[in-house]
Amino acid sequence: MAPPNTPAPAGDLTPELLGAPEWTDQMVAAAGIPMYDIPFLTVGGGMGSFVTLDYLRVYGVPTSQMRVISNIDTPWQTYEFLTRCSQIPRSERIRSDSASRPDNLWGFPSYALQETWKDKTPAYLWQLLTEPLLNDYWTPRAGTVFESIEREAKRISYWDMLVKGQVRMVRRRVGGGYFTVVTPPEGSGPTKRVIFRSRFVHLAVGYPGLKFLPDLQEFRTKHNDYQHVVNAYEPHEQVYEFLKTRPGTVVIRGGGIVASRVLQRLFDDREKYGLKTQIVHIFRTFVAGSHGPHIWARRKGGNGWAYQGFNYPKSVWGGQLKAEMRKLEGAERAAKYKEMGGTNTPYRRRWQEQMRAGRSGGYYHAVQGTVDRVERAPDGRLVSYVRSNDGIVREPVADYIIDCTGLEADISEHRIFADLLQYGGAFRNPLGRLEVERHFEVKGTASGDGVLYASGSATLGGYFPGVDTFLGLQIAAQEIADDLARRGFVRKMGPLRSTSQWFKWAFNTPV
Amino acid sequence: MVPTLFGRIQTRLFLLATVGVVVTLLIVPVLPGSSGALGARYANALLVLLAVAVLGIVWELIYHFLMQFRWEKDWPTLFGLLTLVPEGLLLYFLLRSGAVDFIDPVPPAAFWTHFTVVWVCMWLVANGPMRVPFIRWRFRGGRVL
Repeated sequence: MAPPNTPAPAGDLTPELLGAPEWTDQMVAAAGIPMYDIPFLTVGGGMGSFVTLDYLRVYGVPTSQMRVISNIDTPWQTYEFLTRCSQIPRSERIRSDSASRPDNLWGFPSYALQETWKDKTPAYLWQLLTEPLLNDYWTPRAGTVFESIEREAKRISYWDMLVKGQVRMVRRRVGGGYFTVVTPPEGSGPTKRVIFRSRFVHLAVGYPGLKFLPDLQEFRTKHNDYQHVVNAYEPHEQVYEFLKTRPGTVVIRGGGIVASRVLQRLFDDREKYGLKTQIVHIFRTFVAGSHGPHIWARRKGGNGWAYQGFNYPKSVWGGQLKAEMRKLEGAERAAKYKEMGGTNTPYRRRWQEQMRAGRSGGYYHAVQGTVDRVERAPDGRLVSYVRSNDGIVREPVADYIIDCTGLEADISEHRIFADLLQYGGAFRNPLGRLEVERHFEVKGTASGDGVLYASGSATLGGYFPGVDTFLGLQIAAQEIADDLARRGFVRKMGPLRSTSQWFKWAFNTPV
Repeated sequence: MVPTLFGRIQTRLFLLATVGVVVTLLIVPVLPGSSGALGARYANALLVLLAVAVLGIVWELIYHFLMQFRWEKDWPTLFGLLTLVPEGLLLYFLLRSGAVDFIDPVPPAAFWTHFTVVWVCMWLVANGPMRVPFIRWRFRGGRVL
């Protein structure tokens, strides 16, 4: 890394910089912000940054050429926080394919082979062989994923590339490349901001935030109650602890994987501690059975749920759907997303048994409806006013409401994207997120010989669906690495070099 | 696997030409019940592979059609293994009936050993090791080119 240019006294963004879509080196120097040169910069420091850096390290880029700006210490930190809150601790299994390994770009050996070897359990291989026909999909334990990422992060010297800080914006540089404005941790430097000057920038900042259902958000704000109405992605152990002390009722909102995990936790606790918990489950869209426009596009479902092994139909990661979507533009693309979309959850046999027991035992009640509002009853409990499609209004009363409807939020809620949309030339795709090329370059943001890439949830709606998944991040990283090879930043990766790199991975030899 | 139609066909042809040929070269001398000059047996075994390739293109069209009924548009691992039964049977009866007259009749034990070992090796390679040299293969529906 080059030494910083001598800073002028101020070291913060000036009105001149804030208002200019493109900056010159002189403008930055005049503002007195220290500047560092680094050819490739990735912003985020979560799974998306890690996977991209892993590809590029394996492709042959030295650590001196790359930095990752992040406010977290390990790439799995945010992911682990969200999975733990949504009831997948390290010992439980995530919803991801055995061959989707963020720590291993070849996906071989798969997690199933690794866990079979480690646990000496050949049953995993039988499950792998017979999935999804006779068995549930085999999926890895969260702990297996985090441990193997830690091993790989050490192998590629991830922490040599990590720079702590909060990215404020990325602006184009006159003459090519980009300036990335970073707010370092307080007290870590003499100025409020530092700037990285790079030819290539990669954005992988994850979900802009949690999404709250409007009626629930209104209740929380009005009553200043963040304890009884919770989002499943927030820590909410108080709900389960309360239910251990006395019988209670919980309202669940949402029909995805998080709802099924939360339900499973409630059922597990009922069994384990002999609880009397009552569950009311409100589906906005109640799926009664197989659904889809025609026999070649029909998904299984029932009892309110749409069933699907993973977040997307499997062929988005390499098969027919991936090939089809790659060719579609505009409204056609949006229609294809709609056809394969919709909230869904995997049909897991153990959980299905619990659901059946819940229905027949009268402690699990599923209803279709939209909630007009939530109010506090005189005894302090929560009344939901639920209106069904058939006009019936129900008013279930509960001690807790758990919002399991997800993470999405508008990309412009993230200040980096908001800035890019306003000043950087970026624009939205047919689904309202960031429009990227097939090689994940953010459209409209080219700057001389520089390229701005983005991967992850912000790019959903592009030529490749499945962006917010392990394998999706790897597909994006593959495209980015190949694009960087075309631009001469790194060598191309052919079969021989790939094989020799795989052996390095297998023997845990540093790249 | 999540193949596309061209991916299926390319993967089959590629694996037959690599794994299939290597396994055949190794196994032919020890196949049970076969007789005659080794050179002729090799030529015959390689012609069997060729028949698997040519017939396979038709089979892949059928599999591709059947896959359309699956929401995921995937081809479960087990299918990839079990399809050896119909494919093996068809080829076996075609050879027995003399419909493919440029291939000499093969003793049943030799045919089934050869066919099964080649099939299982190809299936194993397709389910993992193939991804080591060809990092883009699985993202392109099984296309090699």
